[in-house]
Amino acid sequence: MARHVLLMMFALVLATSVAVGEDAASVVRRSQEAFHSAGMDLRARVKMTLLTKEGQQRLRDLTMLRKNEAGGDQRYYLYFHGPADVRGTVFMVYKYPMKEDDRWLFLPALNLVQRVAARDSRSSFVGSDFSYEDVSGRDVEADTHKVLRTEALENRQTVVIESVPAREADYSKKLSWIEQATSLPLKEEYYDLQGALYKIFTADEIREVQGFPTATKRTMTNVKTGHKTEVTFENVAYNLGLGEEIFTERALRKPPEKWLK
Amino acid sequence: MAQVIRGSGTICAQHPPGRPGKWFLTPFLLLCVHALPLTPYASPAVAEELPLHGFLQANYSARVTGLQPPGPESGDLLFGEERLQVRLDKSGEKGRLFLRTDFFHDAVANRPDLEVREAYVDTSMGGSDVRVGRQLLIWGVGDYLFINDIFAKDWGAFFSGRPVEYLRVPQDTAKLDLSAGGISAEIVAMPFFQADKLPSRDRFYQFDPFPGVVRTEHKPDMRYGNTEWAARIYGSAGGFDTALYLYHGFFRMPALQANQMTAPTLVTATFPRLAVYGASTRGNALGGVVSAEVGYYDSLSDRSGRDSAIPNSSFRYLTGYQRQLWEDFTIGLQYYGELMLHYDAYRSSAPSGFPLQDQHRQLMTLRLTQLFWNQTLRVGLFAFYSPTDQDYYLIPEVRYSVSDNLWVAVVGNIFGGRKTTTFFGQFDADDNLAVTVRYEF
Repeated sequence: MARHVLLMMFALVLATSVAVGEDAASVVRRSQEAFHSAGMDLRARVKMTLLTKEGQQRLRDLTMLRKNEAGGDQRYYLYFHGPADVRGTVFMVYKYPMKEDDRWLFLPALNLVQRVAARDSRSSFVGSDFSYEDVSGRDVEADTHKVLRTEALENRQTVVIESVPAREADYSKKLSWIEQATSLPLKEEYYDLQGALYKIFTADEIREVQGFPTATKRTMTNVKTGHKTEVTFENVAYNLGLGEEIFTERALRKPPEKWLK
Repeated sequence: MAQVIRGSGTICAQHPPGRPGKWFLTPFLLLCVHALPLTPYASPAVAEELPLHGFLQANYSARVTGLQPPGPESGDLLFGEERLQVRLDKSGEKGRLFLRTDFFHDAVANRPDLEVREAYVDTSMGGSDVRVGRQLLIWGVGDYLFINDIFAKDWGAFFSGRPVEYLRVPQDTAKLDLSAGGISAEIVAMPFFQADKLPSRDRFYQFDPFPGVVRTEHKPDMRYGNTEWAARIYGSAGGFDTALYLYHGFFRMPALQANQMTAPTLVTATFPRLAVYGASTRGNALGGVVSAEVGYYDSLSDRSGRDSAIPNSSFRYLTGYQRQLWEDFTIGLQYYGELMLHYDAYRSSAPSGFPLQDQHRQLMTLRLTQLFWNQTLRVGLFAFYSPTDQDYYLIPEVRYSVSDNLWVAVVGNIFGGRKTTTFFGQFDADDNLAVTVRYEF
């Protein structure tokens, strides 16, 4: 009995330590890893629906291939299935934690590979309400993080973290509700430079895929314009053994069909 | 179209009667599909699904200067057509077939026509890929400036504001792709010579060094010795995409040879032999993307530079810088130069009264692009300016995606310069406004 009590107490201490003892940056780092780097690699069919306040819809349908490299580097290969005017377009990113990304764009109508200037990671990804950083992650060191409190969000235990940019950003403050059990962000609020709330992220569905909790439905809403982007991740698979040859200029011109179905 | 591919015996008969020269490739490729075991290797689901895509497009371009060149096709309309493009893409484990065919009605000449833009078969053998057929190739790092991109261009399409893919003239080629140890190579053989397409004299006002003289054209014959060869070896060096280029073939811009200089009665457009050796690099630096490219143009038919009708050997270079200044706004700058290597020989051999080229022709370009409304509206400007020719060419553009399938673009083409004999200056009277509406499916 005493052993049980001791164990329970130990578990309780451990749980609270996530909220209080563990420093905020570690919580964010773990969350980034769970959200943006789970597994060795990932394939997902990503469908983004862009919705205007008036209800007009646009669809971005793509396959995302992601591979983690040594030292926190990542490679992304994004193949667009639709809409029709961008079908076959490929966007490739080499993401580095401490320097600017390398980005390439392949335009099939021209058989042309372009290099894309990548200075502003906060700019919109393909016209959606998500920025490049929202899609592939922001350096943990780019903000100073503080644990504000722990609270339940729809019956899920979360740690609320406040992040204030130390480097260039389009927000003055970000609040994140990070679930303790999965380390995934369930909700994020972005405040603009005047301190007003302008963007809200929510993870609307979380599923476990091969043991990795995965946010399979996500929404980013711009509360100022009323524009929002809903994203679904389908056919998610981890640890496929994606080869280096996928993330090359040659594969931009000749997409790896095997992985794009 | 789907039935055409699925049925086997009647493929060739399904084609509308066209000019035979344009058609030889398509039946050949379709036969290849049957030779290639595409279907047996594909999954049943894939075999059922035959992806058919393309677009419907209306594209008109009108001269706004009020001037009209003489000729049967003259008028304010520089270009006008309705076009249907059909793309067919079929892949299996052993290969891929791709067809991109345009059916169109030329509103200026008032006739229907057809253009096979791409028609090729891909196969893989070990670590190498082979692509045979009509294809588009783009090399080099220039933005509308070409050094090692020695493939054919359609300047008439570009100058009349047609969608940018029509600047490219597809070529019937065989291409081999190889990779080993982080280095890749493309080797291209082009047995059929394709000249650059210049703006038509019927539709464009332009400089004519031999006004009123009868013209003829002498293209390189189709024989083994005239096969053009091009190679590109590329890889990444310190985060920079770096490439070496080799080309052995012909100038694609015609060199005009008069039968006699004093009072010519016949002018022949010829395509002298050319070799190009070059290199390029491109990567992140200075908060943006920096690029550089060089090329040595070896004019094989006139290495001494004494024949003024044949382009001089030259050294060409460009540097570029592209940067995003704020969200959805990008600026691109380029500087380009062309240095003639035997200028004294060229100058002393040029007929008197002919406008002489500068020894060191230079060009600057500026590209500005701003996106609005969740990137559905694009407002842009591309500008060429040559400080040596003292001419310019401005291309303002507005493009709006009405929906995921429908877009509308309005493009201006504004030319000018101090003289009417320079590359852009000669089109001073051809300023035009083009409208394109495209529905993609």
